[in-house]
Amino acid sequence: MNNDNKINDFVVRFANVNGTGSASANFLFTKAIFRMGIPVTPKNIFPSNIQGLPTWYEVRVSEKGYLGRRKGIDLMVAVNPQSMLQDVKSVRRGGYFLYDSSKKLHSEFIREDINYLGIPLMEMCNAAYTDARQRQLFKNIIYVGALAALLDIDFKEFEGLLAEQFKGKEKLIPANIKALTLGMDYVKANFKYPLEFKLERRDLVGDSIMIDGNTACGLGAVYAGATVAAWYPITPSTSVVEAFSDYAHEYRVDPVTGKSNVAIVQAEDELAAIGMVIGANWNGARSFTATSGPGLSLMNEFLGLAYFAEIPTVLIDVQRTGPSTGMPTRTQQSDIMEAAYASHGDTKHVLLFPASPKECFDMTVEAFDLAEGLQTPIMLMTDLDLGMNDHVSPPLVWDDKRAYKRGKVLDAEALDKIEKFGRYKDVDGDGIPYRTIPATHPTKGSYFTRGTSRDEYAAYTEDSGAYQYNMDRLIKKWNTAKDMVPAPQVYQEKNTNESGILFFGTSTYAAEEALDILKENDIPMDAIRIKSFPFNKTVEDFIHSHDKVYVIEQNRDGQLKSLLTIELGINPDKLISVLNYDGTPITAEVILRQISNKFASDSHIQKAKAV
Amino acid sequence: MSYLRPKFRHPELPKNKLGYTLDYYEGSLSTLCAGCGHDSISASVVQAAFEMDIEPHKLAKLSGIGCSSKTPAYFLSNSHGFNSVHGRMPSVATGAYLANRDLIYFGVSGDGDTASIGMGQFIHAVRRNLNMIYIVMNNGCYGLTKGQDSATADLGSKNKSGNTNPFESIDLASLALEMGAGFVAQSFSGDKRQLVPLIKAAMKHKGFAFINVISPCVTFNNNVGSTKSYDYVREHVEATSTIDFVPEMAEITTSHQEGTLQKVKMHDGSLINLHKLANDWDPMDRRSAMNAMQNAKEKGEILTGLLFLDESGNELHDILNTSDKPLNKMVESELCPGSEILKSINAGFR
Repeated sequence: MNNDNKINDFVVRFANVNGTGSASANFLFTKAIFRMGIPVTPKNIFPSNIQGLPTWYEVRVSEKGYLGRRKGIDLMVAVNPQSMLQDVKSVRRGGYFLYDSSKKLHSEFIREDINYLGIPLMEMCNAAYTDARQRQLFKNIIYVGALAALLDIDFKEFEGLLAEQFKGKEKLIPANIKALTLGMDYVKANFKYPLEFKLERRDLVGDSIMIDGNTACGLGAVYAGATVAAWYPITPSTSVVEAFSDYAHEYRVDPVTGKSNVAIVQAEDELAAIGMVIGANWNGARSFTATSGPGLSLMNEFLGLAYFAEIPTVLIDVQRTGPSTGMPTRTQQSDIMEAAYASHGDTKHVLLFPASPKECFDMTVEAFDLAEGLQTPIMLMTDLDLGMNDHVSPPLVWDDKRAYKRGKVLDAEALDKIEKFGRYKDVDGDGIPYRTIPATHPTKGSYFTRGTSRDEYAAYTEDSGAYQYNMDRLIKKWNTAKDMVPAPQVYQEKNTNESGILFFGTSTYAAEEALDILKENDIPMDAIRIKSFPFNKTVEDFIHSHDKVYVIEQNRDGQLKSLLTIELGINPDKLISVLNYDGTPITAEVILRQISNKFASDSHIQKAKAV
Repeated sequence: MSYLRPKFRHPELPKNKLGYTLDYYEGSLSTLCAGCGHDSISASVVQAAFEMDIEPHKLAKLSGIGCSSKTPAYFLSNSHGFNSVHGRMPSVATGAYLANRDLIYFGVSGDGDTASIGMGQFIHAVRRNLNMIYIVMNNGCYGLTKGQDSATADLGSKNKSGNTNPFESIDLASLALEMGAGFVAQSFSGDKRQLVPLIKAAMKHKGFAFINVISPCVTFNNNVGSTKSYDYVREHVEATSTIDFVPEMAEITTSHQEGTLQKVKMHDGSLINLHKLANDWDPMDRRSAMNAMQNAKEKGEILTGLLFLDESGNELHDILNTSDKPLNKMVESELCPGSEILKSINAGFR
């Protein structure tokens, strides 16, 4: 840990028991720092459980605006006896360990190389409050108050946040202020404060917001005009549809009749959820589902139907740690291969890779335009880290002039003008046929949608030529998609290095930080961020113009690397995997260490190891 | 393969209120085996849609996978059709219905499709009171894979290879009753006089309308010892009633014995005239219908006709309180909250 810069650069980790009300106290801490204009990133590390198991909340503060996770805990707030041994061990040398000193700390928790901040949280709570629930809840607020003194949090930010939180229930505010003050006063009376690392007000977050990716996806679906959502609860995707439901019912209800311009069904399983989405899209409504790995596995068969029958479909996959049930509350980017080639037979699907809540919003909207534009499933590949953790993000923006792109849909007037409607006919030469919505015209445009092979006029056929023609047209459509999907972000105007790094999704924060560190150490690298699959020419050119490309991803098997190899015919030796798959979000340190290890013979890169 | 029918029709075929002749409701030529019960059911669907003056494009026909699920290609060629995946037509129908509440949704499935992989989706569609007609063409076997027993094959029924089915059968009509379906009927593919009015009444029912039609498989399950052969079914059919369907309060003229007519009024004023044949059975009473089914089963009879009707349940859009205007007709101004609201949402996240 580099201790030169002690202002606005540290990590605080809270060790709590699940279900004790710690989440809102910890969020109060994070939000106060955000309100001080300082970039901050919280990560929830929670169990697949409702009450009683250990849960952690890790907050990184970064003057430089690095929003990825960082290794090394500077200050541990340990209020969970269950995990205390592990918590003591995880503090960096010279760091701080804040604990409840109502009981004496057992000798096994004593380390010589860290500093202890004992605060009798339970005793203070018992003295100040009589209600059992209050005693539990305010213990959390007391330690936030202690942190305010230790880290120099501006107290008026707490006052502002509490006033907003308890609007309409103002009588709850004084008790919270009292708890904060108790903690703060205890620190002032007993310790040297503030600590050597602390906060200073800045103006670094501008008009940014702090929001989680799932909420942004749900909002995106509202703005995109989705009217039918079908889903089955599964962590970590559940809050996507919950957010969609909340906003849709807030903004799409007729004040007179109480009726809403939305239909949301909690399906019996993921098989049904995706079936409903396909049925609704077939019938002309914008419809989507949200799921995670196990749900995506179940949806495979229907995705093949949507691909082959060419029905717009939007699926938001909030990835978690697989395989099988895996670690349901940990993050990973491990559904890439499954999503890209979902279902039997020759299939390929369009994937989008958001890296921030703003992109979750923008790409969800884009997904609906693409689904209808290409008449195929579009999968938004987000993950638990992005979906469920709050992120500092640019604000969400909507252009009121933006019209929904409904793709090639024939209305009654258009049908009257054509002699014979061919549902699967490549009229424009781009592989994308025209479709009709049921009930458009009394005598024209009806056809039979099916997963069996058919000719250009949607009539069943087992003719090899007709089948192959259709499969080839689907590839033509795939090639058309390459220039319709979001283009990659290239970090340099001109490639200047022999090596490059390639990343996508939530590895972006850590990768950008690693790039900066490499640059500071005079080992600059070219970089590209993939935003979608299929890969376009820019991706291909980037790889071809470098000797080696490090592919950063959060799975064991290097799934994106495989995809690059398969789709672009790249020599696999040229692509070097940098992998993080322990279920926690990737860090810049992991990237730098793996790059330097894999490039051990290169003395330049060795320098990076030192940082 | 689908074949086109010969185009020639008698020039003076009767027309319905919309000016369409019966052939307007036909589909492409069936590719099922000659004598297949499913073709008779398709003919009844054509007849019912013609008599009900249905605009074909305002009806969507949906199916799963199997012989029965092929039939939507053989009727109503001016309707949009959707041949989905095995057993999962109910979910596709649910989505389609949510998108546009104004169409008639006509689902066709088989016993292999509904009583096995589709069981979950079937009962959940019933549970949600999805506003659709759901016909099962029930032949007790898997035709497309050459005659394996299905889950509706009766215990002790003998298949073509001479094997006796050792498993209990799933009774779909009883299941629909149990799950709360508002319209439950059972019929026989060979009894067009009964089936056509049942389909017509189902089209008028608001909510889930289920018709289980015994439809013999002439190729794989028409042998001696099978309980779903033409001969067996004809010998064991016990009708609850004869049935007339009278759309929207037209004059009722019936000739029957006094005391056996029960008029059942539907939500839009249409009437079902039931000429009751079975005693101690009340079509408006779910428990009575279930008893009648159990009694018939014990006697080895196949009870046919309208078994139960209750139109008081809320269908899915009522339950969700969705706008009257179909969701698929909505545009940006009805769906997108706009930039000003987004600014205020952003402010809430600062």
